[in-house]
Amino acid sequence: MLLFLLRRSLFMVGMLFALLIITFVISHVAPGDPAALAAGPDASAEMIETIRKEHGLDKPLPQQFLIYVGGVLQGDFGNSIHTGREVVDDLVRFFPATFELVLASILFAILLGVPLGVLSAVKQNTWIDHVTRVFSVSGVGVPMFWLGLMLQLFFALQLGWFPLGGQLDMMTDPPAPITHLYTVDSILRGQFDVTLEALRHLVLPALSLCFPALASIIRVNRAEMLETLNQDYITNARAQGISPLRIVGLYALKNAMLPTLAMIGLRFGWMLGGTVLVETVFDWPGVGLYAVQTAVSSDFEPIMAVTVLLGFCFMVANFVIDIVYGWLDPRVRGTT
Amino acid sequence: MSAPEPILSMRDYRLVFDTFDGIYQALDGVGFDLNPGESLGIVGETGCGKSITAKSILGLLPSPPARVLSGEILYRGQDLLKASERDFRRLRGTEIAMIFQDPMTYLNPVFTVGEQLVDAILAHQRAKPGGERMNKAAAKRHAIQMLAKVHLPNPERQFTSYPHELSGGMRQRVLIAMSLSGAPRLLIADEPTTALDVTIQAQILDLIAELIDDLNLSVLMISHDLGVVAKVCDRVIVMYAGHVVEDAPVDQLFNDPRHPYTRGLLASIPHPGRPPTSLSGIPGTLPNLYDPPRGCRFAARCPLAVPACTTAVPEKRHLSGNHLVACIRADEDLPAEAADA
Repeated sequence: MLLFLLRRSLFMVGMLFALLIITFVISHVAPGDPAALAAGPDASAEMIETIRKEHGLDKPLPQQFLIYVGGVLQGDFGNSIHTGREVVDDLVRFFPATFELVLASILFAILLGVPLGVLSAVKQNTWIDHVTRVFSVSGVGVPMFWLGLMLQLFFALQLGWFPLGGQLDMMTDPPAPITHLYTVDSILRGQFDVTLEALRHLVLPALSLCFPALASIIRVNRAEMLETLNQDYITNARAQGISPLRIVGLYALKNAMLPTLAMIGLRFGWMLGGTVLVETVFDWPGVGLYAVQTAVSSDFEPIMAVTVLLGFCFMVANFVIDIVYGWLDPRVRGTT
Repeated sequence: MSAPEPILSMRDYRLVFDTFDGIYQALDGVGFDLNPGESLGIVGETGCGKSITAKSILGLLPSPPARVLSGEILYRGQDLLKASERDFRRLRGTEIAMIFQDPMTYLNPVFTVGEQLVDAILAHQRAKPGGERMNKAAAKRHAIQMLAKVHLPNPERQFTSYPHELSGGMRQRVLIAMSLSGAPRLLIADEPTTALDVTIQAQILDLIAELIDDLNLSVLMISHDLGVVAKVCDRVIVMYAGHVVEDAPVDQLFNDPRHPYTRGLLASIPHPGRPPTSLSGIPGTLPNLYDPPRGCRFAARCPLAVPACTTAVPEKRHLSGNHLVACIRADEDLPAEAADA
């Protein structure tokens, strides 16, 4: 198991390096001169050149890359060419909000998706199954931003159950940071009214963000459960007099979870990308919104940092999934 | 043989499967008795309904598509066709246990041998009154005892192995240990050696024979292999296309088979002394069970068939003491060209 973890970690380092190269190359060959944009429309050629020098943009690309990687290794993602702020400071400020949103979404998708998939399989061809299937097929096709707008229209504007956007009400002070996650921090600080408020703000964006993942988790889990419940070892378990609940919830589910896990990892990546849309719709102060704002002004350093950060999150998530996979399935432990 | 109360008795059991292609008439009036301490073999070719018969006894057939039309399956007087899932759970493993054909697929790949054994044992315990139940530690001891009983080498070590780390023969031993850990009275063995290598087959058969004696089991052994049945069973019933066609003590069936199908089946066993050219099969194929023939289901392939065979299903009749056969021409000899095989 230790070897498995070690190999996985080394693999992740390689992946991260590849990701750095790709983001760097893509952002530097993209059209548009950030120095000129930053200097403004009336700037002289000299001023643009000064800015270019200041940010090291005049050096050859490989050298720029080395400098960049060197910085990243020391936790320095450069400065925003527009605001001049350190990108790292911005990320520290915006990332927890995104992390909270994504975490809530993926938890929601798993905690709701897995049981619904199981239920749908066990009650195959009953009305429960039909409803769940319609839901899961349509769910994959619904665009997140549209769903977000509809949820806002109905639950925020019409019914007024949930706030329209933002992470907390304007007047509320965020809890003093411990984990930087508002819901967790407010619980730790005993400010339960803030917890409730944070949760109310979280519901609609998390719902829009998790919807496609939820739908596909249900679908995969249902299909896998149906397949697993037909296996010989289930027949044997029944012949041994093991209770149906245990057979479904343990004997079958543990096997069915393997492909479902792979799907969860994949969907997690989509979710990270989806934050860009959902955070924009819900005015959620996370890195998605930050990425949009910096992208429209060709602000390279923040865009690269966000890309690398989200890519890193995706890798960590899949690393965790690999570990869980190895824990669930003894057959992969020695091989991967 | 005197007539003790049979431990298992199947009467006029008719079962169909509702499928997209129509109603598949799998079993048609299957009936037999199994006496306590007796080993009964069911033989017949693939698709004749052996396994379905076996699975019916433990209520393991999914319904739908399976649908019972008539009959009763009496286990010590209790009609299993009327049993609820709850009743079945009380019987499975502790009264009636089953071992299956393919040991490679009947163990759960993501749990250790020990976890599965202990789980089965604890499930068996739940069928007992509270005071006599084992706790987890006792269940583990019992599991390792059972593994030793089926002659699995290194039972303590194998207890923590995963199924994929064991060979087919070892897995079958584990499955046998699991099935017998609840001290059942009746063991149903559904082709327990078919998927194994020949040498392992012999070992497993020896083991089963040993355990039958040791644990005083009544056994229902399903096989398409007459050799397997000859080795373990006292009595054999022969099935063809959902009918029981012959029911006789082993010696009698081998020495004096009366149903034309049984005679064909025995003739098709290759003998070392005989030239390979005379290896013979039974011409024709199984009848279409979506639309089975009205009379004897073997009539279309039978060298002795007469028009009367196709009008009504032949009744089972006693030839001698306990030799039953469902054929109106069972007393006749086969025509020359079919008999020389």
